[in-house]
Amino acid sequence: MSDIANRGYTTPDVLVSTDWVAKHLNDPNVRIIESNEDPLLYPSGHIPGAVQVDWTTDLNDPVRRDYIDSEGFAALASRISITPETTVVFYGDKNNWWACYAFWVFQLFGHTNAKVMDGGRLKWEKEGREMTRDVPQYPLTQYPVPQRDDSVIRAFRKEVLKHIENGGQLVDVRSPAEYTGELLHMANYPQEGALRGGHIPNARNIPWSQAANPEDGTFKSADELRAIYLKEQGLNPEAETITYCRIGERSSHTWFVLRYLLGFKNVRNYDGSWTEWGNLVNVPIEK
Amino acid sequence: MSEYPPKLAEVLEDFSFITGRDERVAFLIEIADRFPAVKVTPNIAKPPYDEAHHVQYCESDAYVWALEREDGTLDFRFDVLNPQGLSAKAMCVILGETLSGEPLGQIAAVPKEIVHQIFGREIAMGKGQGLMGIVHMVTHEAKKRLT
Repeated sequence: MSDIANRGYTTPDVLVSTDWVAKHLNDPNVRIIESNEDPLLYPSGHIPGAVQVDWTTDLNDPVRRDYIDSEGFAALASRISITPETTVVFYGDKNNWWACYAFWVFQLFGHTNAKVMDGGRLKWEKEGREMTRDVPQYPLTQYPVPQRDDSVIRAFRKEVLKHIENGGQLVDVRSPAEYTGELLHMANYPQEGALRGGHIPNARNIPWSQAANPEDGTFKSADELRAIYLKEQGLNPEAETITYCRIGERSSHTWFVLRYLLGFKNVRNYDGSWTEWGNLVNVPIEK
Repeated sequence: MSEYPPKLAEVLEDFSFITGRDERVAFLIEIADRFPAVKVTPNIAKPPYDEAHHVQYCESDAYVWALEREDGTLDFRFDVLNPQGLSAKAMCVILGETLSGEPLGQIAAVPKEIVHQIFGREIAMGKGQGLMGIVHMVTHEAKKRLT
């Protein structure tokens, strides 16, 4: 924990170390939650006592392109046996990309008692810590149905249009080839493309993975992050900021970095992202 | 499925009976657990591996080797450097177990789309192109020797 506290983040307590998690495995006030891109990972082995929150089956509405509603969140919370007082700690694969996405969705429902395990699954595994295939059984809880609030951390296309009309600050976290329009989809996801390539006008291209140390998945220090986002790219932490990617998952990682590690005052994630913008009729696009 | 090599056809038939996500995941993990049997051995190659064996577009850093047998067929070996590359390992096991020793013409004709039959809907946000890249590399090795 001391290492995280010394990295200069504006909200360091949103991160916990693998040591911290190891010491709280049996803490009834803490629920460890794994959230991955690869659905095989959790069943193949996970932190003892951890539950899985799957982005497709748990966080998304099964019919509409939207997240679960308030009742759905209460049911999910009950299944993973948490109350509003439970500290939830997310971790996962790909430098916590999906863990940050789940964290962001939980914030829509006001579960602010939430943290991310720095380094995620990669660091835990590299440290040779215990993994198990046993899926824990917890009693269902009563979680009061929360109000979902999309207004603070989520942006919709009309708001993005207004934002660019006002010259607002945007961060496109996709790969450079997607940003320039050379690729209509992320390299490994050809089926999630768009009819048009390019980026939203004014957007700076800062690929999401620049925020993490590739060797252990931990977040870079505040100085290193400031060098990327503020000095190199000239972002203003005081300005309203919107992040986006292809469907809003990679950009939730950058949203997390800007809001909690660098203290940006007003950051929203545009989860419609390029799969919406690149298919919309008559919206401005830059290449 | 008759155009596929018989062992591959059998595996694909097994997958065709799977209806639930949990069942598919459990089956794939069971397959991935057999990865050591198809993993490249140090007498064949040691890291850092030659880039010529590297699968393009695979986030899990998969590598493929095709070893020629005396009868002219191929023995496929793999490595997956990303310890979290479980789907890639499962794909390698299926290809190694079902295509090694099969007629080159049949291997060359295996379509990349078997990835969808194996991984089902999960592939939509899964390893898609990377897994297809592994299939492509294996079939390409067979095609090279046919021409």
